Amino acid sequence: MIYYPILSAIIFTPLVGALLILVIPRESVKTIRRVGTAFACVTLILAVIIWVEVTRIGAGETQFEELYPWIPTFGVSFHVGVDGLSAPLILLTALLTTLGLFYSARTIKERVKEYYLLFLLLEMGLCGVFLSLNLVQFYVFWGLGMVPMFLIIGVWGGERREHAAIKYFIYTLLGSMAMLLAILGVYVQTGTFEIGEAAAARPFHGAEQWTWACLAFWGLFIGFAVKMASFPFHSWLPDAHTEAPTAGSVMAAGILLKLGGYGLIRVALPLFPEVFRHFVVDVPVIPILAVISIVYGALVCMAQWDLKRLIAYSSVVHMGYVSLGVCAAAASVGMLDSQEVLNLATTGLSGAAMQMFAHGIIIGGLFFLAGILYEHAHTRDLKAFGGLARQIPYYYGIMLVACLAGLGLPGLCGFWGEFFVLRGAVGFIPPYAFVGVLGIVFAAAYTLWKIVQHIFLGQFDRRKWGRLRDMAWWEKVTMWPLVLVMVVFGFYPAPILELLNAAVMTLLKGLP
Amino acid sequence: MHLTWLIPLFPFLAFVAITLGAHRDKMTSRRLAVGAIVVSFVLAQVIFWKAVLPPVSGGDAVFESVVGWFLIGTAVFRASVWVDPLTAVMLFTVPLVCLLAFVYGAGYMREDPRYGHFFAHLSLLAAGTLGLIVSGNLLMLFLCWETLGLCSYLLIGLRFDDEAVYRAGLRAFLVTKVGDVFLLLGLCLLYAATGSLAYDDVFSAGTLARLARTSFPLIGGLSLPALPTIALLIFGAVVSQAAQFPLHVWLLDAVEGPTPASAIIQAVATAPAGVYLMARCSPLYTAVGGEVQTVTMAFGVFTALFGALTAIAQDDVRRVLACSTISQLGYAVAALSAGAYVAGVFHLVTHAFSKSLLILGMGSVTHGMKHSLLSQGEGVLFEPHDVKNMGGLARWQPVTCLAFVAGTLSLSGFPLFTTGFWSQERILEAAYETHHPAIFWALAVAAGLTAFYAARLLCLVFLGRPRSEVAASVQESERSMTAPLVVLAVLAVCLGWGGVLPDWFYRFVGDGYAAGAVYFTWQPLTISTVSALGGLLVGYLAYGRRPLRAGQMERLEAGMRRIRLGRLYDALRHCFYLDRFYQATFVRGTVALAHTCADFDRRVPDGAIGFAAGAGHAAAQAASRFGEAAIDRAVSLVARAGRAAVRAVDRFDEAVAKGAVNLTSKVGQAAAQAAVRFDETAVDGAANFIARMGQVTSQAADRFDALVIDRAVSLTGRALWVLSELSALLDPRVLTPLANVVGYAARTLSSASGLFDTRVVDGAVEGVGSAVRAGGRFIRPIQTGRVQNYILIAFISILVLVAMYFTMVYFAWW
Repeated sequence: MIYYPILSAIIFTPLVGALLILVIPRESVKTIRRVGTAFACVTLILAVIIWVEVTRIGAGETQFEELYPWIPTFGVSFHVGVDGLSAPLILLTALLTTLGLFYSARTIKERVKEYYLLFLLLEMGLCGVFLSLNLVQFYVFWGLGMVPMFLIIGVWGGERREHAAIKYFIYTLLGSMAMLLAILGVYVQTGTFEIGEAAAARPFHGAEQWTWACLAFWGLFIGFAVKMASFPFHSWLPDAHTEAPTAGSVMAAGILLKLGGYGLIRVALPLFPEVFRHFVVDVPVIPILAVISIVYGALVCMAQWDLKRLIAYSSVVHMGYVSLGVCAAAASVGMLDSQEVLNLATTGLSGAAMQMFAHGIIIGGLFFLAGILYEHAHTRDLKAFGGLARQIPYYYGIMLVACLAGLGLPGLCGFWGEFFVLRGAVGFIPPYAFVGVLGIVFAAAYTLWKIVQHIFLGQFDRRKWGRLRDMAWWEKVTMWPLVLVMVVFGFYPAPILELLNAAVMTLLKGLP
Repeated sequence: MHLTWLIPLFPFLAFVAITLGAHRDKMTSRRLAVGAIVVSFVLAQVIFWKAVLPPVSGGDAVFESVVGWFLIGTAVFRASVWVDPLTAVMLFTVPLVCLLAFVYGAGYMREDPRYGHFFAHLSLLAAGTLGLIVSGNLLMLFLCWETLGLCSYLLIGLRFDDEAVYRAGLRAFLVTKVGDVFLLLGLCLLYAATGSLAYDDVFSAGTLARLARTSFPLIGGLSLPALPTIALLIFGAVVSQAAQFPLHVWLLDAVEGPTPASAIIQAVATAPAGVYLMARCSPLYTAVGGEVQTVTMAFGVFTALFGALTAIAQDDVRRVLACSTISQLGYAVAALSAGAYVAGVFHLVTHAFSKSLLILGMGSVTHGMKHSLLSQGEGVLFEPHDVKNMGGLARWQPVTCLAFVAGTLSLSGFPLFTTGFWSQERILEAAYETHHPAIFWALAVAAGLTAFYAARLLCLVFLGRPRSEVAASVQESERSMTAPLVVLAVLAVCLGWGGVLPDWFYRFVGDGYAAGAVYFTWQPLTISTVSALGGLLVGYLAYGRRPLRAGQMERLEAGMRRIRLGRLYDALRHCFYLDRFYQATFVRGTVALAHTCADFDRRVPDGAIGFAAGAGHAAAQAASRFGEAAIDRAVSLVARAGRAAVRAVDRFDEAVAKGAVNLTSKVGQAAAQAAVRFDETAVDGAANFIARMGQVTSQAADRFDALVIDRAVSLTGRALWVLSELSALLDPRVLTPLANVVGYAARTLSSASGLFDTRVVDGAVEGVGSAVRAGGRFIRPIQTGRVQNYILIAFISILVLVAMYFTMVYFAWW
């Protein structure tokens, strides 16, 4: 049993670490690195404990709830809780932060103090979003996650970092403004900021308030769609992810994108189920956007020559599957009394959640690998490589596993999400599933053709790449946890599916 | 735990072990791989005999073992292994052929630098194939199925410095991936409709009857009937994996892999897996019947004929055999479509033996050719796989030659004592039963052609005199390569003697499927015998009696050119240019489309940002309509933004991306003075920004009228118009204090930022003592000016919007 407020602990451990770093003199770089990594490790341990405990006690209900008044007059409180949906994402956050800081210890050489500080703040913000049960708190942590990322891109990024950072900031800011308006609208209507209470109160229910409901829903949706880089709102992503420093890209693609998907599942779907269903079934805007994200994103991937940019665009494809899964669940609203429908909708929504987790692992690995290659070769231009399989076989092996996981090969963790999403989608919105499945062929094409073939196969230029070194031990240490997760969950997804499934089932049962 | 689980496990463990480290040592890799496959072979034999010895009844599973895998929805998905007669006979065939190919590969690949990886991939291939056979549900089958595609890719890619080779590997992977997508969709539909993927659930009569009544809704009231849709989708996978016509091209690419791998891929693993899937799903095809079966039949028959036709014109020995595989699998598909389940399965087994024998035999020949080539140091242009360079090899490779003769006879269905005869005859019988003369005759012609090209290959390679220096000094391959050939030769011939084993096979596999005794009808029997013997005879007359000499034109080619069919011959030889056609259409098309999309993505103003900026633009215009002297400063600010927008329109001529950067720097400059004259400049800057963005969007909107963006913009514009209407109603008394508050907040913020600026610039030394200094140090990296001001602007815009929203809400309430 756990007798201490573990959720507050996991949110504020990084903050304590950040404050500690603040008082360490900037010259003692080693201490800063150690403290930063140590605090990330503590968070990781807490995340594992949460995972285990939630599995043990029951992932269907909210566990370890803590509720402290914050601004009681306006119903704002500090309200956290964890269930099967957030536990994996917390673990993902803690894992990627730890690996990111571990890897950064050898790659970030300037402004180390600020870097570690911001990274821990970022972790705090992300954990906070995943654990929030209060909309204002959700929004505050949302913003807290956004600002450090903006600075990480803008300060430690590549050549066009400022452009990328500002684009990212404006986008997400506008998105969160839309979201904030919707949140305020919900408050005005229901008089509460608590997600559960607000959902139970059915904001803007009834035909006469339909327009308002639509407006509020779209406010939320745009906020989340920008964050998860769904089709028309995706253009900040390639810039931001390409220009960010390696660990920054890992966090941005691995976790920040998930905020959008998480918000759709946790906030948009329970608050506005009917509106969501309307825009999936009657006016199918959202599934169309999802399918465009998948197919269009994959095609754009195929035309990229910058390794990091290609990987960045592949996120658009994978997050498209997340929206498709959520759409499948939304399409089931109103029919969930039937056991069969509930079963199918749970599959789709669990698939979306599984896809988020798996994508976090895979894209994290891919960005690490891209960073490693860039670190050694000083270029990311795919045309510059060729035949490297001979020179760096270890790297080749790891990259191949990550790529295969990315293209959804069964036996690696990327498969399950796509499979369950498609299974859910063919049940409710088959035309979109039929089109969306094309993404799988295109994904195979762009990973194997662009990444694997151009980097590793072909004639080897000994003069140019003869001194390229294979992975160093710390790079292997960074990659192996991710590879293990890919393989283990690829063969045996039960531990995570159990969590997701229970939480998603509870969520869907709460819908009308 | 059941023994069956362990069959695929050992090769998989060998794969892991070799990949993780053992590949550095050739000997260890070989021992691991061969050892693992021997264990699997023994286990498979145990299971096989267990399944065979007691008399089994019906098509029921002999045994099944189930464990929970994961929970999804409300149901637990169970992993299972399942051994029924179909699995049992495959368990006899597959590990045996794999084992022989492994032993053969140990010798064949001896000099290869990637020996270890070769065995690792081969082990994975074997593990995938064995797993595919024993799995008790379609999901595990799919998992193994994809592994097979991956293994062909990896095995072909072993020679990764040869461009033609790895390109072939990629093509093979992508073509099979197309089929995989069909299968995935089919499985998803089946799973969604039945809630299960286990064989005993989905193929039970009750489920099939329920499926027949189910349909999936499409757009606009249309719907898809479940059963035919699923059957066709699964057949799509069969077409791609079993290398049926339009998707057969991957098999021709796959010959680039090492010979032992080709043998496994073509004889037992990847390609036959397609037919296995169809056999597995035969209850589904029986239930759906009618048009779907006609479709599958058409594919099978056409492919059988197509493959045989193209095989007669190939010069590359590997391609002859690949075309032959295509044709033979077409045969099996045709048999399964005609409802001749047992004949199809039996053909799969006989084909496994004869084809692996032929491919390995051919590998022995080309291995000898390559060695001879190396010792002679002949030019790089010499093609060791070309029959025109061979000839008279019987003298140098007697064992290989004898084994090859056995394979040829079995493949062409030499009557009565080869295994091939019994399966081919049964298939023709089934075709005859369909009462479609076209089907029957097409298959009969294909049988004749098969015998012909088999004889042609045999004669061209082994008879006559050597047609090149290289062929004249070929040596017999080593023992580890010839021994598997001998074993396979014995199997390919002896299993059919007198029809004893085939008869047993029909009773064992056929129970519960084809009721009634096996009987013969004289027409198919005669035709089968005539086409086999006739084909062999014609082949011998054309190529064996007067063997081809060096430099002479190939007989068939010469003959066809004489009667002005040279073009047809060329087309046959290039398999009707199908791969070029795909290259020109699908591949080029996709790549072109990809580039179009990428261009679009680069050039089109960013959706969301344009969207928001459009909103700002609309708001500014709406506000300016009230005139400058409207209610108070709050509105006049917006109006100024509108004016600034108009000004900006003139100046704005840069490209979008450039403009954004430019803009940023402008805003940055403006912000430098912000600390002093904040309320003038910052507002201007903000207006500028909004205006530029507005411009961008309106251009975008014009260009992409039909797009979502347009609709969204106009919608928001309307919303904001309503908003401004509302604000027109505002009493100045309400707004003035509000504006004051905003102004005050802005001023406070600006002075705060000014404070920061000085602190940060000056105090960028050390300062652990004071908290303010620490903050300044933390801010330093970002104090590029622009960034900071952005935050400022962002905060202000949030404030303004929130204020507007609250007022709106207030009024709505009021």
